[in-house]
Amino acid sequence: MDARATVEHVVRASYARLVAFLAARSRDVAAAEDALAEAFQAALVTWPRTGVPEKPEAWLLVTARRRLIDAARHARVHAEAVPSLLAAAAEAQEMTERELEFPDERLKLLFVCAHPAIDPNVHTPMMLQTVLGLDAARIAAAFLVQPSAMGQRLSRAKAKIRDARVAFELPSAAELPQRLDAVLGAVYAAYGTGWEDVDGADRRNSSLAAEAIALGRLLLRMMPDEPEVKGLLALMLHCAARCAARRSANGNYVPLTEQDTALWSRPLIEEAEHLLRDAGRAGRIGRYQLEAAIQSAHAGRARTGCTDWESIALLYEGLVSHAPGTGALVGRAAAVAEARDAETAWSLLQTIPAEAVASYQPYWALAAHLLKRMGQTTQSADAYRRAIGLSEDSALRAFLTAQIPAMP
Amino acid sequence: MNYTLLIYEDAAGFDLRSTPDAAARQAYWGSFMAYTKALQDAGVMVGGAGLQPTATATTLRMRNGKRHVQDGPYADTKEQLGGYYVVNVPDLDAALEWAARIPAPPGSVIEVRPNLMHEG
Repeated sequence: MDARATVEHVVRASYARLVAFLAARSRDVAAAEDALAEAFQAALVTWPRTGVPEKPEAWLLVTARRRLIDAARHARVHAEAVPSLLAAAAEAQEMTERELEFPDERLKLLFVCAHPAIDPNVHTPMMLQTVLGLDAARIAAAFLVQPSAMGQRLSRAKAKIRDARVAFELPSAAELPQRLDAVLGAVYAAYGTGWEDVDGADRRNSSLAAEAIALGRLLLRMMPDEPEVKGLLALMLHCAARCAARRSANGNYVPLTEQDTALWSRPLIEEAEHLLRDAGRAGRIGRYQLEAAIQSAHAGRARTGCTDWESIALLYEGLVSHAPGTGALVGRAAAVAEARDAETAWSLLQTIPAEAVASYQPYWALAAHLLKRMGQTTQSADAYRRAIGLSEDSALRAFLTAQIPAMP
Repeated sequence: MNYTLLIYEDAAGFDLRSTPDAAARQAYWGSFMAYTKALQDAGVMVGGAGLQPTATATTLRMRNGKRHVQDGPYADTKEQLGGYYVVNVPDLDAALEWAARIPAPPGSVIEVRPNLMHEG
């Protein structure tokens, strides 16, 4: 990270802590963001030049309070929220001045973003905006949505939080597993839309990968005892470790099994392995630990020189019974093809309903590969073309084109 | 709902269609064929066409009831319309998903527009 990026990181973290603090007290995310918007922009411009102030939150609060008082006069911020926002801002400023521990309410904000009352399609975008301070245009680009449409979706969700009075509280122990699942799912969605995509097949969301890892680390700091939080972070770190190996020197796509393990990041792999071992001690297995374990098995090739497909197939078996998504079903068939044979894998692939895979690229890439191995040249070429047509990435298209079997 | 995906390519993009580099030429045509196949197999393809380069374009303007015919494309922009697809999908999000998969060369721009619905 360069100096500018470091400053931006601090600005965004302080901003998010304040948004969370003000929103938790006013129950109005949009008003809290409005109140801090100017201060946030000012900090983004000023801090890279002057350096980060000793008390970043206090600096932001001074600007934000001035704007709130101004807004109260002109009724610019949602009027009802202004008194509670002003009170909260005053409270926050007093805390920073008296060097008191500033309460970090970002965890509550994460749970609000992934609340069951909120449209699931907005969970991830809202987290990126409110908890990480990303702007709507960048979020819209990552999710292939018009910027104005994304803005509308986000404001509708925030209006619902305010009007339906969604509670800024941590879920009870009974609710926690399900609610945490939604939070983890939203963080994972920022990393990639599906399992294969994580490996670089889909370039669209790769710009958000670093942001997703930042969310994962934040979540781990705030929930250090949850094995699935560790599992998810381990999964993302394992995939991030391979970043440099996914393309050859001349930009060609390199599949996971052919990547040069010397290009994998050892520190990231070690961190991921440590997290996964740590998660395992809790004795509560889950989807993300299983997915991380699959990645851990792939990472093993760096030590042993070969991939343990038997273990990977077994782990996929576990994953399918925990979370039978299309990605897991395709992944299991791919592992079985390597551990056993193409015919067995093909029969597994045939059990996936056709409508689930109509536009799912990894399915067609695997189907094409299996058909080629079974000697069904014409069908294989057909499936390859369909996989190519469903790819967004030109390097992947070129790779798949080269795999099309020659007609006999 | 029908959406039209308009593909604007720059000169380098148009050149790829007939480049002497056989591999690059085949990659260009092959990826468009594959994309069209994916649209058809997913059951969303309504229609579309690839257009010849702008050197073949003729522009007709109506002024004061008179027709003015001119050699060349309508707009003198860096990117020119190279072709289009019409897809039938439930919403703009789905149309954008398909637009993102268009294997247009770097520098291309895809414009997505909902088609007019028929009256009545």
